[in-house]
Amino acid sequence: MPVSPAHADTATPRLQVQRLTKRFGALVANDAVSLTVMPGELHCLLGENGAGKSTLSSCLYGLYRPDEGDIHVDGKEMRFASPADAIAAGIGMVHQHFVLVPTFTVLENIIVGTGSGWRLPAAEARPKIEAICRRLSLALDLDAEVGDLSVGQQQWVEIVKALYLGARLLILDEPTAVLTPQESALLFASLRNMLADGLSIILISHKMNEVMQADRVTVLRRGHVVGSVRTAESSRHELTTMMVGRALSAIEAGERSHDGTTILSVKNVSMRDERGVSLLSDVSLDFHAGEILGLAGIAGNGQRELFEAICGLRPIDAGEIMLEGQSLNHRNPHEIYRMGVGHVPEDRFKDGLVPDFSIAENLVLGDHREKPWRQGLVLATGRLREAADEAIRNFSIACNGAEAIVRRLSGGNAQKVILARELARASRVLLCNQPTRGLDVGVIEYVHRQILEKRDAGAAILLASEELEDLIALCDRIAVIFRGEILAVLPGRQADIAEIGRLMAGGTDMQAGDQDGDRNGARNGDRGMSN
Amino acid sequence: MWSDLLNLGIIVSVLAATIRIATPVLFSALGEVTAERAGVYNMGIEGTMLMGAFIGWLATYESGSSLIGLAAALLAGAVMSLIFAVMVISLKIDQIVTGLALNLLGSGLSTYWLRAAFSNMEKVPGITVLRTWPVPFLSDIPVVGPVLFNQGALTYLAFLLVPVIWLFLFRSRLGLEIRCIGENPKALDIKGHSVAARQYAAVIFGGAMAGLGGACLTIASTAHFVPDMVNGRGWLALVIVIAGGWRPGWILAAALFFSFLDALQLQIQGVGIAIPYQILLALPYIAAIVALMIRRRASRAPAMLGVSYRRE
Repeated sequence: MPVSPAHADTATPRLQVQRLTKRFGALVANDAVSLTVMPGELHCLLGENGAGKSTLSSCLYGLYRPDEGDIHVDGKEMRFASPADAIAAGIGMVHQHFVLVPTFTVLENIIVGTGSGWRLPAAEARPKIEAICRRLSLALDLDAEVGDLSVGQQQWVEIVKALYLGARLLILDEPTAVLTPQESALLFASLRNMLADGLSIILISHKMNEVMQADRVTVLRRGHVVGSVRTAESSRHELTTMMVGRALSAIEAGERSHDGTTILSVKNVSMRDERGVSLLSDVSLDFHAGEILGLAGIAGNGQRELFEAICGLRPIDAGEIMLEGQSLNHRNPHEIYRMGVGHVPEDRFKDGLVPDFSIAENLVLGDHREKPWRQGLVLATGRLREAADEAIRNFSIACNGAEAIVRRLSGGNAQKVILARELARASRVLLCNQPTRGLDVGVIEYVHRQILEKRDAGAAILLASEELEDLIALCDRIAVIFRGEILAVLPGRQADIAEIGRLMAGGTDMQAGDQDGDRNGARNGDRGMSN
Repeated sequence: MWSDLLNLGIIVSVLAATIRIATPVLFSALGEVTAERAGVYNMGIEGTMLMGAFIGWLATYESGSSLIGLAAALLAGAVMSLIFAVMVISLKIDQIVTGLALNLLGSGLSTYWLRAAFSNMEKVPGITVLRTWPVPFLSDIPVVGPVLFNQGALTYLAFLLVPVIWLFLFRSRLGLEIRCIGENPKALDIKGHSVAARQYAAVIFGGAMAGLGGACLTIASTAHFVPDMVNGRGWLALVIVIAGGWRPGWILAAALFFSFLDALQLQIQGVGIAIPYQILLALPYIAAIVALMIRRRASRAPAMLGVSYRRE
């Protein structure tokens, strides 16, 4: 229900950006970008990675100084030398990766960097913060340590922090990336209340269901404004086309080709960390040939541990993992991978690649001791390069050739290097943990096609993703993990997104706007923080 | 012979020595915890203390005033840590490597300066050492009096600094900002405050305290400067910060514990118990290693300790 305040057309814009240009060396990150946000408006900035959304918001928040163009706030021209100036002008920002101190209390996180003199401004701040929370009908314990809060509550701490500084324009950078569908519905309901109070919000997002809740959408592509439209007068399809620059065909997963044989089975697997905290408890899953098994869950609920257990990267405390009748327990990661298990890890630069190695070197990691990559005691560099050139062609990796250092690649191209390596290995099992996180729509489509091809070739696939819509579109079955336990395995195509969301929060009943439910869900989501 | 140690007079003397020995490391550890809470790991404490000890001694000798000597030691410590701060905060050079270099600089510079300044003298001259300063009335209390209230002025200052640093770090506005930088500097940066300015202040304060700690060894103790006379106390201060879990109260406890071992070994040597003295000398350091192993899991170091801050 988009609400456009009646005075919106006549009032001074809260924010007016005219022909803002920001260059980094030869790269033009923002090229004459113009943007107008009215009081009480929810304005969405839509664009792929590298389209210039973050640069623009950094300019608005005083983190970067624009090279050209000007910024007006409430009709007054602004030159922001630092975030302090932006804050003084009434601009607040909630960063995608929370900027909080986990060991501080909520109150300390909000007041740090405010006030003057020697004393802590705690006593004066408390009633003001409590008033803000009341207005948002928010139950925040100001004396709780932020590290003990759920991700959803931390998001609120960030928002209250910005409002406490007097924000009248709030920039939210992908605010729902880490929230359950229920938490994000709650967030949007509260945003509506704040808009009604006259606050303006710039929402940076690429999730179409959120984008469609905005009053107006400005689409950026490669640093240019492609267009600015009223949401009511546009459509998902039109906006996606504007963002990507071409029409995307919807992924059609098709019928699975599986014949029901179990390739990999995880039986009653449990794992504890060094302090004895349970990471996985009694997990049992069967992986069938030619089938994609989805894994849904809030980050930090044991997904990573399950992937690493199967790969042999982490020892399990109980249970057994069998690959076609052979136990994988007590096998090292190299043996397991030689048995045809490919792994696309969650953190691609940390776990998937050696960032300072070349593409060619990264492509043979793990195989480098085998022929034909080895010639006597040295690497067969010529053959490596040929193979790398082939992979670069096949996967259309944008780079300066096989010797390019992987660190310099974009996230999407780096992921393609990992895919090229792991798909070649995964003759039996392919494990993909968040394979499309942070990637552009076009690349996501590509990655999904590769995974589907692997499925059609008869591999068993485990796919974990935060994008529930993707899981539903791609997976034959979806397992929901919560605090290291598999709560349910649902049939993929007919799965109900609300049901998955409910299970992701531990299966408790939650309803939008219900405070008790909110706190419940928050506590259940605690694990989301631990990583 | 062991029973000799249980004599009341000896116990009092061991405890009084504990307090005295704790003074220099306490200064250095309290300075270091301030810098480390701001995310900067100044490993160059040993070299900074050495320069404080040398410059403090030299200035006292040249001016004849201990007060000028102490001021010079503070300044020497501040200058040493300013060099460190420029390297790690502005130039973002690795903190460990820079700290090690600072130790070499302190050791080399003080020895060279000493030789250059007094090359024509047979013997390096001594200075008048600060006398103890008994607190009226309190020093007359039996046992407690001679242990706590018959010490030098610098000792009282060091112990007074414990609650002051605690109040600063945990009850002041700037202290909260310092701790915020150690945990997540971006959280302060995005509120429009300079991370570097606060880190400079914390590091320079830490260096000045280390300079003062070093000066305790010459101005308040031995009257002479001997090359490398700090002799591991700077390293011990680093251990004390870790063993004290980055909290001033526990840092005091850790400093007293290590100093007690040191005082005890002096006394054991004094009464002539037949243990090789090398083992006794090593006692505080062996204890330090054990303390590090025990505290490894319990302690919560500032999350961004040793990591240079860059706005991405």
